[in-house]
Parts: sequence; C-alpha cells; structure tokens
Amino acid sequence: MTQAKSSINRRSFLKSSALAGGGLMLSFTWLSSFKEAGKLTDPELADKWIELTSYIKITPDNQIKILNPNPEFGQNVMTSLPMIIAEELDADWQTIIVEMGPHDNMKLGPQFTGGSNSVRMYWKPLREAGAAARQMLLSAAAQTWNVPMEELSTKDGIIHHVKSGKSGNYGQFATKAATIPVPKDAKLKEIKNFNVVRNSKKNVEGQKIVTGKPLFGMDYKQEGMLIAMIEHPPAFGMKLKSFDASETLKMPGITDVFKQELYPEDFEQGGFDTRTFNDLLVVVGKSTWEVMNARKKLKVTWEPRGDAKDVFGGRGGKREVIVPGALESTDAQRKKMQELASQPAQELRKDGDPEAAFKNAAQIIERTYNAPFLAHNCMEPMNFFAHVTEDKAVLAGPLQAPGWTEPMLSKLLGLPPEKIEIQMTRMGGGFGRRAYGHYLGEAALISKKTKAPIKLIYSREDDMTYGIYRPMYTATYRAALDANKNLIGFHVKGGGIPEHPVHANRFPAGAIDNYLAEGWSIPSNITIGAFRAPRSNFNAAAEQSFLDELAEAMGKDPIDFRLELLKRAKENPVGKNNDYNPDRYASVLQLVKEKSGWNGAENKKYSRGVAAYFCHNSYAAHVIDFIIKDGKPVVEQVFSAVDCGIVVNLDAATNMVQGAVVDGIGNALYGALTHKEGAAEQNNFHRYKIIRMNEAPQKIEVHFVQNDLDPTGLGEPPFPPVFGALANALYKATGKRYYDQPYGPQLNPRRAF
Amino acid sequence: MISLTINNKPYQLDIDPNTPLLWVLRDHLDLVGTKFGCGLAQCGACTVHLNGEAIRSCVTKVSRAEGQKVVTIEGLSDTGEHPVQKAWLELDVAQCGYCQTGQIMSAAVLLNQNKNPTDKDIDAAMSGNICRCGTYLRIREAIHLAAEIQQKNG
Repeated sequence: MTQAKSSINRRSFLKSSALAGGGLMLSFTWLSSFKEAGKLTDPELADKWIELTSYIKITPDNQIKILNPNPEFGQNVMTSLPMIIAEELDADWQTIIVEMGPHDNMKLGPQFTGGSNSVRMYWKPLREAGAAARQMLLSAAAQTWNVPMEELSTKDGIIHHVKSGKSGNYGQFATKAATIPVPKDAKLKEIKNFNVVRNSKKNVEGQKIVTGKPLFGMDYKQEGMLIAMIEHPPAFGMKLKSFDASETLKMPGITDVFKQELYPEDFEQGGFDTRTFNDLLVVVGKSTWEVMNARKKLKVTWEPRGDAKDVFGGRGGKREVIVPGALESTDAQRKKMQELASQPAQELRKDGDPEAAFKNAAQIIERTYNAPFLAHNCMEPMNFFAHVTEDKAVLAGPLQAPGWTEPMLSKLLGLPPEKIEIQMTRMGGGFGRRAYGHYLGEAALISKKTKAPIKLIYSREDDMTYGIYRPMYTATYRAALDANKNLIGFHVKGGGIPEHPVHANRFPAGAIDNYLAEGWSIPSNITIGAFRAPRSNFNAAAEQSFLDELAEAMGKDPIDFRLELLKRAKENPVGKNNDYNPDRYASVLQLVKEKSGWNGAENKKYSRGVAAYFCHNSYAAHVIDFIIKDGKPVVEQVFSAVDCGIVVNLDAATNMVQGAVVDGIGNALYGALTHKEGAAEQNNFHRYKIIRMNEAPQKIEVHFVQNDLDPTGLGEPPFPPVFGALANALYKATGKRYYDQPYGPQLNPRRAF
Repeated sequence: MISLTINNKPYQLDIDPNTPLLWVLRDHLDLVGTKFGCGLAQCGACTVHLNGEAIRSCVTKVSRAEGQKVVTIEGLSDTGEHPVQKAWLELDVAQCGYCQTGQIMSAAVLLNQNKNPTDKDIDAAMSGNICRCGTYLRIREAIHLAAEIQQKNG
C-alpha cells in the first residue's frame, strides 16, 4: 500500500499510510493546544486521524488537517503552502485545520526557509500531494458506489456523482482511501480553475497573534526548565582567559556558572555551522531576570585569541581556513578596502575587449559605493529550548533550516539524527540570521552539561553584538562612453569583508560588448552570513545608482536606458551565462513606469527615483517619491512592480512587498554596524536605528505582473532595488549623489539645502 | 509579598520588587503575550496598560504595579473582539507577528484617548513600537479601521 523509497525524492513526499495513533502529532501538543472556535484539535482526535499523503490528515467525521512543512518566519508559508495543497485537494479552505509539521525531511521535504525558496520548491510537490490525495478519495468513492471514477467530481471537499445524485464528504472515504496506493500521476488542476491559490486568504495564525497566544520559541516552557544565558567576549578576536563567578553564584536563583566549549578542536563545520565565539561562559538559573542580573556580577578576564583555524567539511572535502586574530575597527577596515580596491583582483567574467574600450573612450565615468555590516535585529532575539538526555535530544524554537543544523547537533552530542527532535516554532523574524543554528548547539550542550531542560536566551545586546552579519562591501563601477555618448565598456570591481558581492552574470552583463567583472576579499574574524537577499542587497544599491548616473550622463531617461540595455540583452546577448530573463526584467520596469505615472506632469512635485533588480528567480522594480517636509526629504510614496510568477496569496504577498520596501528604506537610511577594536559600537536600538512608523511612507502601491509561470521567490527580490531607488530619489531631492550607506546621516538639511 | 491585579485577577507573589513587570508576566504568571524585544524601552514589544496608560513593562519594576490595574494582551478582550484586534485581523496586519501584541496595546490606548486619530496622531503615538517586518502602513490603516469599529460599537 505504500511506495516508500529510501532516498529523498519526489515520490517519498507522497508516502501513504493509515496512521492510527497520530503519533507524529503528540510532540506538538504545545503548539496545537489552542482551540479555534468550531475546530477540534488533536487531544480529541488523536486516534482518528487518517493520513493521506504525508501532508494531509482526515478524520472519518471530515475534519481535514494540512501540515505546513516549512518554518514560518513571517513570510506567511503557514498559510500559503497549505493553500497549495487545499487547491489540488479541492477542499473547503474555511474548514481546514493547519498545523506546523514536525521536522521530518523524508516525509515533508526539504523544510528550509531561505533563498526565497519556500513556495518555489514546494509548488510542485504540494500540488502533487493534494492531487494524489484527492484521487485516492475519488477511487475510494468509486469503489464504494460502484461507479466509474471518471463520473465523479469534487467541490469544496464533497464528492459528487451527478448521474445517481450521490454525494459524500472526504471524511466518509478517508479510511478506504488510505488503503489505496498513492497515484503517481494524479491530474493537476488547470491554472484557470484555481479558486484558493491566487486569492487572498487570511493568516491562519492571525487570531493567535492578536490575542498573544504562545507561538514563539521565547514563549516555550516546560516543567523544571532552567534559563541559560551566555557571557561572550566583548570583541571579535578575544577569548575567555579566566573568570570568577563567586558573586554571581550568590545571587538568587542561580544554579550554575561554567565554561563550555562549543566546537571541539578540528570540528568539521557544515556550511551553516558558522558560530561567533567558541568559548562560552554560561550562567544558568531559575528565571530570566535572575540570570540577567547575576550575569552582571561576573568577573571575567578576556584575552586576544590570536589567529585561529576553522575546519569545514562537505562535498568539496575537508578545508581549513585561518581566521585572523586582529581586533578590527571600521575606519581601518575602510582604509584596507580602499587599498585592495586598487590591487589586481580575481577575474570573474570578461566579454569583448574592455581594456581597449576604456583606452579608446572619450569619457570614463567611475564611481565607488560602500556599505557597512548590517545586523539582522530580528524582533525575537535568538533563543532555543533544549532537553538532552542520555539517549535523545528534544529541541524547540526558532530556526530556518532544521535539516542543516541536525548534523551538527548529531556530531556534538554523539546522537544519531533519529534521536534528535527539532520542533519549529513560529519565528519572530529571521532575515537569514536563523539559518545559522549554532545557538541550538549552544543550548544542547548547556542542557547536556546541566542535565536539565533549559532555554537559552540572548539579550538584545547579545543578539546585536555577536551576530552573523551582512558583510561589509565596496564596489567600483566604471563606464566607457564614446564621443557620441554610446556605452562601449563596463567594468565592476567589487570587494568585501570577508567576501565580495559581485554577481558577474547578472544584468547589465549580456547587454554590453566589452564587460569586465572582478572580485576580491579580505578575511576577518567578524562573522557573516545571509541577510535578506545576500550580495544583491548591496549590488542593487551600487549598480542601480551607477546606471542612474550613467543615464543622466548619456542624456537618457533612466527607465528607457535600462529598457534599451535589456532589448540588446534579449536580441543579441553578449556572452552565454547571463542568468536573467530580459523580458521579465523589462516587464517590471514597464509596469512600474505605467503605474507610477513616470514623467507625468502631475508627479512633478515629487523627487522620483527608480531602480530594478533580479534575484532569487524574480524581478522587482520600485519608484520612490520624496517630498520635502520641514526642510527634510521624506519618502512620501512608493510604487512597486514584481514578477514572481503565480502569486499564491495576493494580499499576503502584497504585505510582504510593502514590508520589504519599508525594510529597504530603513536599512538604506540608517542600517550600520560598526566596530572599534573588535567590539560592536551598537548594542541595542538606542544606537542602532530601525525605521519607525513616523518614517514609513504614506502609501506603497504593489503591482504584480500577471502570468501563469510557476512561482519564484518573493521574500527577498523586492528588497534590494529599494536601496537604489532611494539613492536615486535622494539625488533628485538634494542634488547630491549618495555613495556611502547609510544615507541618513548625510541628509543634514542645512548642508543639503 | 507583592499584590497585583492583572487582567482583573488578583495575584500574590513572593518576588524581588525590582524585577521588571515583563519578566513577572512572562516567567512567573505564564502571560507570554507580552514580548521581550530590547529590555531598554526602545522597541515597545513589551507594552502593557498600567491604569490605562501604555507603559514599557521591560523597564517597569513590578513594585510600581503594586495595587495598580495592569492589563496585558491576554486581558484586552476574551477572544480577540477588541476593535483593535478585529481591525488587525481584518487587514491581516502581521508578518512575523512578534511585535504585534505590543503594537495592539499601544494602539488601544491611543484609541481610548483619541477616538478619531489622524495619521499624524498615529505616527506620534506609535513611533515607540518597532516592527522589523515593516508592517507600519497596515498598522496605520488598522488603527483608522479600529476607530470606525469603535464608533459603530458606540
């Protein structure tokens, strides 16, 4: 009755079995114990759920439950992924119970939130799962009624046989359906017949959010649970030398203070095992406030760590990296970057003869753009619950990619993966930060050492000062123009700490005959990682500002100039590896041009800037309008155009784009994490400015390109071009070009006007 | 012993009077709808009502709440029928949702004191609450909607 296969493939998502005990659900009683009006939850139904494909459970009395496989961090997959299943299952969305699935990559697919992949990677498997379950139910009904399956139809979870007038709900046939093998090629709906997908469905956890129900890792509790916090070195490049905890241990509620090493010497790290500090000074106690307070009584001596070695495992074999020990300061880093920018760099792509083009140019335009480290600043600081015993580990909390963290935990704890259970709570933001699961390793080792269930909590200061940051970037763009102001050569040379940002095969590569892309990097001990649209979030500021300046120098409209380049890239592309689709790229520019009334006389009162970008397989363009209020430029309104293929949940997708615009404006104007002697200079929101309500635009109008293409990314793509559009609009507002992020501190009204 | 009245329920607690109200609510009373965001009264995630005023519970000693009336998100309404909660659901404001209980508590006080706030009033009252997902436009709209709902309810 099943086609279980050992490898993870498409079919293995669709395993079917009649699961009498609903055992998978038992560990999730904490998350699912809040009743919704009219909907029964597990305790009552635990022995009645019948599993039809690994995502769908139905009771004989027709309760239908859909498991969301992917971690929810605000991108709304808890709603949009189940919508895809419900569409093909042809169930009544209003009656469906949605529940977060357990971590089980065999049954529930890849289960990671990152790279704007959730909908893209689950689109086909979830459609197939829904369609397969529907077909199993139809087969069961056809057998029961003894009629040909072809004569049956479904609507809103009811099976109809028109000829005989018979009808019945899915629950009636669930038990029989579960005995039918999962069909391999269940027919998918035609896109034109969608009635769940492409509509706006409310967040299935909305009610719990507005009533303050426990949803987040921070809210997780268990009997006997202790609270743990980590005192970390005050600066990157430092380590623990010695400590005196006598005063701390005298404080009320404190149970333990100890040093804990995170990774043992020569520990082979996976790609997402990045950790900030390896020596942890741990304080454990009975309540959060007691631990926070007692931490202040620690007497600690820190010392320079010196150069260190990181070992990485993985497909490419074992690799060693020397991490420099110096205590880094932002000013010195900037200087070093300037030096390296003039040195030879690694060639990433070359088309035609760029050297000749620049030699023969009548005019060369060269501009350099810089951006600082950024902290993710998720509203919910890093935290995780862990209970590690001799033979198993149970962890619960906010994590983007349990499958990437589990191997690290397995090695650290000496437990096989099947003995490690990771429960995924709703996340209070992620933005890439929670793809790095080192804090699960920390929590697990603390629990193992204290032999107790513990919850590790980072304070806001911990969260901000030992983060896994967006790298520090720079890029110099050069354009060669001939005597007639034609663009004959283009050169980008990007660098960063500790990685360069250049995507060599992206626009405008492919549109210019003579093109050169180069990259260089400077190693650092400041830990970096993915931050909403990695690299793109810098490129779209630099490149899109440069194209704006270039268009002006060439006497062209900035949108028309981009469209001309895209026309060239489509009709007669240069090179072979151009990784964007010129038509889709042009479509968002055309859409934003139309919707914003670009060049319209009625919009002359605005200082307008435009930018577009491609990343995560989607295309986004914005027009940002500044006005001057009280002598200061402020963002009044934004027009956004996005091509991400089929939009699953229209209102939620709109919300996501609006949020990306606000996030982009905030980070472009204010975002910066700087260091002095290795120590972060911003440690909480009084020093690290986050955009607030009074700085948000009055209006953000979001438009999606209408097509029937399979969905592509949405969480990240609208974010990067905000930076460029903002810089270009600021130029219109102030007459000054902006090259260094954040732009906000440069907007001194007395100087600008 | 400290005597507290939270959401109209009396509590007696044997606790350090310097403990911030936030951690009393979260760790000792299991009222976890009030969130920890910064610990410095900078983000507003911990907003609760003290005698009808919006306060940051992360910097408010529990001793200050003694004998006073505290309302948390759990006590704003029984099942989410407060006009602000209704408006939040109607406009599907939340993304990650972590800051929203604090936003809702701030908005409820604003609407209690100003039945029909302008955008400017809203910006002034809500600027102490950070939303890292950037849902500010929907929050603004939801407050206007809540004002309408409140007026209809009389």
